[in-house]
Amino acid sequence: MEKTKRIKTIQTRDLVNSMKDGGCGECQTSCQSACKTSCGVANQKCENSHK
Amino acid sequence: MIHQYKLNGYNIVIDIYSNSLHVVDDVAYDIISIYMSMNTDEIVEYILRKYPDLTQDEIIDCISDIKQLKKDNKLFSEDPYKDISLNIKSRKNEVKALCLHVAHTCNLNCEYCFASQGNYKGKRALMSFEVGKQALDFLIENSGNRKNLEVDFFGGEPLMNLDVCKRLVEYARSIEKLYNKNFRFTLTTNGMLINDDVIEFANEHMDNVVLSLDGRKSIHDRLRKDIKGNGSYDVIVPKFQKLVNSRTKGTYYVRGTFTHFNTDFTNDILHMADLGFKELSMEPVVCPPEDEYALTEEDLPIILEQYEILAKEMLVREKKGEGFTFYHYMIDLAHGPCIYKRISGCGSGTEYLAVTPWGELFPCHQFVSDPKYSMGDVWRGVTNSSLKDEFKKCNAYARKECKDCWAKLYCSGGCAANAYHASGSILGTYEYGCILFKKRIECAIMLQIARQDI
Repeated sequence: MEKTKRIKTIQTRDLVNSMKDGGCGECQTSCQSACKTSCGVANQKCENSHK
Repeated sequence: MIHQYKLNGYNIVIDIYSNSLHVVDDVAYDIISIYMSMNTDEIVEYILRKYPDLTQDEIIDCISDIKQLKKDNKLFSEDPYKDISLNIKSRKNEVKALCLHVAHTCNLNCEYCFASQGNYKGKRALMSFEVGKQALDFLIENSGNRKNLEVDFFGGEPLMNLDVCKRLVEYARSIEKLYNKNFRFTLTTNGMLINDDVIEFANEHMDNVVLSLDGRKSIHDRLRKDIKGNGSYDVIVPKFQKLVNSRTKGTYYVRGTFTHFNTDFTNDILHMADLGFKELSMEPVVCPPEDEYALTEEDLPIILEQYEILAKEMLVREKKGEGFTFYHYMIDLAHGPCIYKRISGCGSGTEYLAVTPWGELFPCHQFVSDPKYSMGDVWRGVTNSSLKDEFKKCNAYARKECKDCWAKLYCSGGCAANAYHASGSILGTYEYGCILFKKRIECAIMLQIARQDI
């Protein structure tokens, strides 16, 4: 976590970098998990161990 | 693009395209909100009026920090992904997941069921082993280099066809190594037929089990009734508890549906937790607006407040060592999905297909039995290539309504079926669902921040 006096930046995945190391497609199909009636990818796990 | 909001005492700023996340104080929050529309002098003047105790230097310090974050592409970053969205439309899609409708029949008669009591407005039927086997062969043949393949036993009620489920798992296990694949099975059940045999099968072979329970007995029994009209709560809860308590590997979700009748659905989620279930999900009902249990505009503020109440209560329970997981609040900030996943979404009609008991293919379970959306079958494969192309376009960049939406890289443009039912087009949007989705993401991010004790 980076921090200035008034701003704390939380560690998150660098989405721009994931243009290079992403896209393997091994992750779960989002609707196939718990919900089946709404779509969302935010709660999916990344399964690419090489990223 | 940024999104900033205040929740549970936290001032949160998300930089959408870089995925940067900042927790800021009130001064920084206000400066960020005007940073792109005022020059430095105007900002200083505005902030000094609002915070008279601050010095000019303190404000300029904060402006400098924001300027640096902008320079580092962690605030107000530009969209670098438009080309990717075009590539996604043109790339070859391997199939990696099937929703196997092993039973178009059900032993419950739930009033709100989108599958019309299991038969999807068609004939009642069970999938034969031969059709299921062909579906698995179709999946392997069309999965390219993808190793992980997902198969959901779905219905209707899949346990009404348990023997075929077992034989299909056995068949998949017998061939997966040969083709360098790893099958992951899910069972979605109403629980009525769970017994020791089912529990053993589920625990041995199901990576995930989805157990349908709507929460409190009065809520559950109002809509989830057996054929004679009796509520199913008393039958299924002990079975679910036995299954969950004996689960040694894989996940499970106790999953409910909330409707106009229980807009206080947090009480149902907490009831599930009090029954001993720890992995929970609760979905808004999907139904025509004229149905008496359909969610209304008046329900909306109540539901949004419920999501906040739920998030806060989860934190309280976690501190007491009584925490539980809520599916929509799971978000892995540091190792979550890549940009390709975030743009391309659920993959319905391309990577993900539903298979009827007769082997017909549909883009997903919610399109089953709609003849306009028939895509082919498990013997000939996807023959409706124009429909496949239409679904390929369904991504975070396909809908004009999503263009300036901060949540588009969390929902990928939303559910095609919901969009179709709400707007008549898979490239439309379901605004009600969008509003709920955005609130859930706000809560999910707040929870992660709170857990880091910032």
